[in-house]
Order: sequence, then structure tokens, then C-alpha cells
Amino acid sequence: MSFMKRHAAVERHSLLLTVGILAVVSIGGLVEIAPLFYLENTIEKVQGMRPFTPLELKGRNIYIREGCYTCHSQMVRPLRDEVERYGHYSLAAESMYDHPFQWGSKRTGPDLARVGNKYSDEWHLDHLIDPRSVVPDSIMPPYAFLAKKKLQFDGIEDDLKALRLAGVPYTDDMIANARADLVAQASPNMDYDAEDALVARYEAIAERKGTLKISDYDLNPAEITEMDALIAYLQMTGTLVDFSTYEADDLNNRR
Amino acid sequence: MSSHLSTAEQPGWGFSTGTVSLLAGAVALGALIIAANAADPMMAAHAWLFFFLTVGGLLITGLWAGGRNGLNPFDPAFYEDTIVKFGVAASMFWGIAGFLVGLIIALQLSFPGVFYFPELGWTNFGRLRPLHTSAVIFAFGGNVLIATSFYVVQRTCRTRLAGGMWPWFVFWGYNLFIVIAATGYLLGVTQSREYAEPEWYADLWLTLVWVAYLLVFLGTLWKRREPHIYVANWFYLSFIVTIAMLHIVNNLAIPVSLTGSKSYSLFSGVQDALTQWWYGHNAVGFFLTTGFLAMMYYFIPKKVNRPVYSYRLSIVHFWSLIFIYIWAGPHHLHYTALPQWAQTLGMVFSIMLWMPSWGGMINGVMTLSGAWDKLRTDPVVRMMIVALAFYGMSTFEGPLMSVRAVNSLSHYTEWGIAHVHSGSMGWVGFISFGALYCLTPWLWKRKALFSTALVEWHFWLATLGILFYIVAMYVAGITEGFMWRAYNEFGFLEYSFIETVKAKHIMYIVRTAGGALYLIGALLMAYNLVRTALGHGEARDAEAVPAPAPAQSPALQPAE
Repeated sequence: MSFMKRHAAVERHSLLLTVGILAVVSIGGLVEIAPLFYLENTIEKVQGMRPFTPLELKGRNIYIREGCYTCHSQMVRPLRDEVERYGHYSLAAESMYDHPFQWGSKRTGPDLARVGNKYSDEWHLDHLIDPRSVVPDSIMPPYAFLAKKKLQFDGIEDDLKALRLAGVPYTDDMIANARADLVAQASPNMDYDAEDALVARYEAIAERKGTLKISDYDLNPAEITEMDALIAYLQMTGTLVDFSTYEADDLNNRR
Repeated sequence: MSSHLSTAEQPGWGFSTGTVSLLAGAVALGALIIAANAADPMMAAHAWLFFFLTVGGLLITGLWAGGRNGLNPFDPAFYEDTIVKFGVAASMFWGIAGFLVGLIIALQLSFPGVFYFPELGWTNFGRLRPLHTSAVIFAFGGNVLIATSFYVVQRTCRTRLAGGMWPWFVFWGYNLFIVIAATGYLLGVTQSREYAEPEWYADLWLTLVWVAYLLVFLGTLWKRREPHIYVANWFYLSFIVTIAMLHIVNNLAIPVSLTGSKSYSLFSGVQDALTQWWYGHNAVGFFLTTGFLAMMYYFIPKKVNRPVYSYRLSIVHFWSLIFIYIWAGPHHLHYTALPQWAQTLGMVFSIMLWMPSWGGMINGVMTLSGAWDKLRTDPVVRMMIVALAFYGMSTFEGPLMSVRAVNSLSHYTEWGIAHVHSGSMGWVGFISFGALYCLTPWLWKRKALFSTALVEWHFWLATLGILFYIVAMYVAGITEGFMWRAYNEFGFLEYSFIETVKAKHIMYIVRTAGGALYLIGALLMAYNLVRTALGHGEARDAEAVPAPAPAQSPALQPAE
């Protein structure tokens, strides 16, 4: 019964109880989470990762705002059926610039980790306006209003600055040209110099060509809408990493 | 312990009213400045909401603390029960709101052609789903936790709540957070962190409220007139302390601007994912489990008038549960890009978690020893014991689903939805209903509930509703899990994704019916509680109970 007697001390002193609780509940998180920040093999070394362009970032924020993550995961597991259905399994490196992550927890709709370049912009546009017009049995909500809402991007530099503070390698150049880059990516054949500058800025970090898509995503050249941004984001998900140079069996990639 | 009780309280209440008013005034001023300079319309809306509600709060505070009819609203000779009454009402209101939104989104998935509106983004599933989860977990569950913890800590410490006006700040401040969160989801303000969606300014406000909650709770423990801290209070304390830790770490973020609603999380990718699920799983562990176990440890013994089954088991149960729970988060990330060592740790601890969970369940159920007849005669007791049965079921199922091989099938499917709803509707819902059914006649000093027959109806409708719900979702989840991985004889995937969606249609409708039954049960309950409070039917006045009462039932003090 000595154990019981000793426990009486905790039952009689509320501060001792509080400190005891705090100590006991801290251990698990410290052991599991803290090492992820310093173990080098937590994130593989890959070629092709780059920060989101301003238009993609805006689209990603709309994806978050509309709660797409409540039904769509962005995490292909290394299981045969998933790799065949969705593509190469997701790497840790592929979400290294995701603040916050969008891995999701539920697949009421299919995984979107590699939906980029799988469908045409027109398909995405039709599908987002009325999902059942292209997939009759779909239970997805319609997002027709996005095509009518003008994209607000006045403070886009501040978004990039906040992300740089969190560790995303946006350069001064990228921040200074954020608005121009955003317009250029949604307005093909308007200003070739701006397009070239945008591509150069982001491909320099990616160290890989062809990760940037310039398009009038919503087929409405008159204005840049929220639909432009969302489709721009969807069309780049999972397309950055160069899997021809990724060696899954490399010792450094075994985790 | 008792020497400084009554004297310390007297000068305290004027001081507490002053400090609460000062804080509310400062927040109102800050909100006004932000409202005038808001970077986006969502922030403007929320700043005005903050402004008007804190100013409203200030006015009411002034009137209240000014005393009505010369009565001191903070008289230390009485328990603070008014706040618990408000808590009971708020719990019932938010519960029904949360169940209703759940029903709506279930209808949307069943009949997308009818319940979606192409031009009204705020009515879409993606915005209503966080509204549903937050309304049931934080608005309903949170208000039940605050109300019951304030009731229980006063009775088991035999003293009035500490802090004068501060408990009121906790109650109204918490409900202001709920309003900000709920309107935020509809406006599209979200961090996309499941069960932690509110943005940075709402998180800061909640941090303030939570620190006040911790201090009020500890303050009440400090001036207790019992030598021992009763076991229910250990559980409440672990809930308050751990949620504070989880909330602060998981919501670390960088606001884009101090006058804008948007922020970016400090962590990214893998680290962000594990931080979120360390939080997410322990929101289940410490918000939806330890707090509600505290209710089990108070309301079941009290209602059946028997001591807790085993004092030793409650000690072992408590420390092992809170130690092991915190490790279980990575089981939400099996087969993801999270390093495998972390996944394995999460799985191992999740399986170990089975034992303390069942230890707690056994301690609660066996408390009925010698009073088993109450299961037949008292539907409120039956409700709380069935809550424990659901607790036992979902805490067995959880470890099972955390095994990697099982998880490869169950994850991302409706099986997960079935699992959380057997836990939330069965365990959290039923133990809360039980506590509210106990509290209402006790608080309003009625001999009995308005109608026991209505409680029977509630019990059976809700039980049937849960069974419809979870059976439908088990069938749907396992069906889609197997369909996703099915291959035909040529070695190709057998089904396209949309075929697996189509296969769940009937089950979605059955689930909706189950949710509707559950909601109807809750509506009956609300009606019953209102009539009880009004003193109708069987709910006649009981003898006035003086308070702070002497030790009301020594049987409740296993620490002695």
C-alpha cells in the first residue's frame, strides 16, 4: 500500500498534480515530433521542388478556404492499387513547402496529390462549375461562383513574405514581382517578357525545366478570377518532382 | 485549507469584475482599431463581432456586478450555480445546432442534386463540415465540459468557484470563440487543420480564455475544504492542461497581416502533419475522453449512490491513460511520407492504449455493483452505462484500426466516420445527455425530470439512430475499401473511383436516417429539460438545499 500512500501527496497538492500531468503528457510528443526537425533523412533530397507561384498559392488558399481537404486527400500511399490509380507514391519532399500540409484524412472524392496535368483546363472548368455535367454520379458540390469572383491579390507580396518567414525560399526578386508573376501566369500571349521572367525565377529554384504552366485557366481572358487560381493550383499538384532521377532504393531515402 | 475561504472571497469579487471589464474593454478597443483598418472583409466582420459582443459583455457585466435587488451575485455562502444553468442551456442549444448541420451535410452527400446551390459557396459541404465537427465537439462538448467541471469542482471541493467574475469570462469568452469559429467557417476563414480550423486571432482569444479557465479551476482547488482532490478533478485538470499545450503548439502560425484573417502555419509538410495529428488525436484523447471520464467519475456514482468501483484502478487508469494517449497520433499517418519509425511508435502505443481505456470503462460500469436494477428502472443511468459500452467498443476498435495492415483498408474510408461517430454519438453524446439529465433537476431544485417516459423515448431513438448510422458507415467503408483495391482477372483495377462512390448511395441514405433519429431524440430532450426547469409534470419543487453543503455523500470520496 505504500504506492497508494505516496499517491496521496499528489492528491493533496494541486500544483504537484498539475506539474505531474504536464510532465507525463509532454513526453510522447517530444519523442515523436522533435526528431523530425533535425533528422536529415526525414525529407528526401529530390530534384524539382520549388515554392508555389503567386497564382498557384492563391489557388491553394481557395482550395483551403472551400474545405476541399475535407473530402480529398493529397497523399498517395505506397500500396499497389493506389500507385496504379493515382501515380507514384507521395514523397515527404513534395509537401516541404506546404504551409499547412494538405494530406487530408478522408477520400469522399479521389486523391488529388497527382491530379496535375491529368485533365485539361476545360475539364476542370466544367467539372468545378457543375461536377455532374462531366461525372453524372458525382456527389461533389458545385463551384460555379468561383468563375465570377475576381481574384483579389493586392497584398500578395505579404503572403510571400509571411511564407519566407516560415522558411519557404522566396527570393527578393519573387516578392518584388509577385503581382506581375501572378498576372503573367494567367494571361498567355500578353507579355512575353513577363512570362519569361516568371519561368526563369521559379525554374532557377526547381533546377528543372517544365514545372511551370502558363494558361488562361478559366477561358475568360477579360479578367483573372478565383477559378483561374484554383485550376492553376490543381494543374501543378504532384508535377514538380523529377521521378526519372529519384532513386527510391538509395540508402538515404530509406526511412 | 479552509482558513482563508470566506474572507478571501469578499474583496475578490469587486477586483475580478474590474479586471474582467478592463480586459473586455482592451479587446473591444483593439477590435475597433482592427475593424477600421481591416485588410479583408472577413476580418472586418469578425472585428465588428468582437467589438459589439465585448461591449455588450461589458454592459451586462456592469449591470450584473452592480447587484440586482441589493443581492451580491458573488455571495460566497452559495455555490455558483447560475453559470452552470447557463452552461446546460448553451450545451443543449449547440448540441441541436451541431446535430442539425450534421443532418444537412449527410443529406448533401445523399442527394447532391437537391441540397447544393451553385452560387452559394457558403452552403457547400466543405464549409459546413467543419461547422458540424466544431459545433458538436467544441460548442456542445466544450459547453458540457465547462458546465459540468464548474459544477463538480464546487461540490467535490465544497467551496464556491474561485475568481468572482472570471468564471463568467470563461463561459462567455468561450462561447464568443464558438461564434467566431462558426461564422468564420461560413465566410471561408479556416486554417484547414482538422478540429483546429479557426484562424490566428480566434486562437489567441481562446488561449486567453483557456488560461482563465485553468486559473479558475486551480483557484477553486486551492481553497477546497476537502483534504483530497477527487478523482473527477484529476481528469478535468488533465483535460484543461493538455488542451492548452496542444492548442498552442498546433496553432503556431504567421499572420499575413495583423489586420487580415489569413495566416500560414509555421511548420510545413511532414512536421506539420505530425503536429496536427498529435493535436487531432489528443483532442479526442483529452477533450472527448478525459473530460468526459471525469463526468463518469462524478455522475454515475452520484446517480446510483454507490462509491466508485476501485480507487486503485482509477489511479492506474488515470496516469496510464494520459501517458499513453499522447503517443498515438502517428496512427493517422500510416503509409504516408511520415518516417516509419514514428508510424510504428504510434501504432504500438495505440494498441497499449486499449488497456487503460478498458480499465476506465470497467471502473465506471462496475460502480453499478449492487445497483444493477437501476439499468432497468432509470433510463438516465442506462444512458450513461450504454455510453460506457460505446466507449469500450470504440476504444477496442481504435487500436484495431491503428494496426498498419488494418489501417491500409480502413483509412480514408467511411469506416473512420463510423468509428468517430460510435465514439462521439455513443460515448460523448450519451454521457453528456446523462450528465445534463442529472444536472437539470439538481440545479433547478426539482424532485424529478418532467417526464421519464420522454427519456425512454430519447434513449431508444438515439440508440437506434446510432446503430443505423454506424452500421451503414461500416458497410459503406469496408465496401469502398475493398473496391478501391479490387483487381480483375487481367490484373487491372476493377473499379473506377466513381463506381465506389455510387456503391455507397443507399448507405448514405440509411446514415441520414440514423442522424435524423438522433436529432429527434435530442429535441425531445431539450423539451423535457425546459419543462423540468419550469417545474412542470413530475418536476415539482424539491426541498431547498443549503449550500455550500456539508460533504454530501461520503461515498463519493474514495480518496478517504
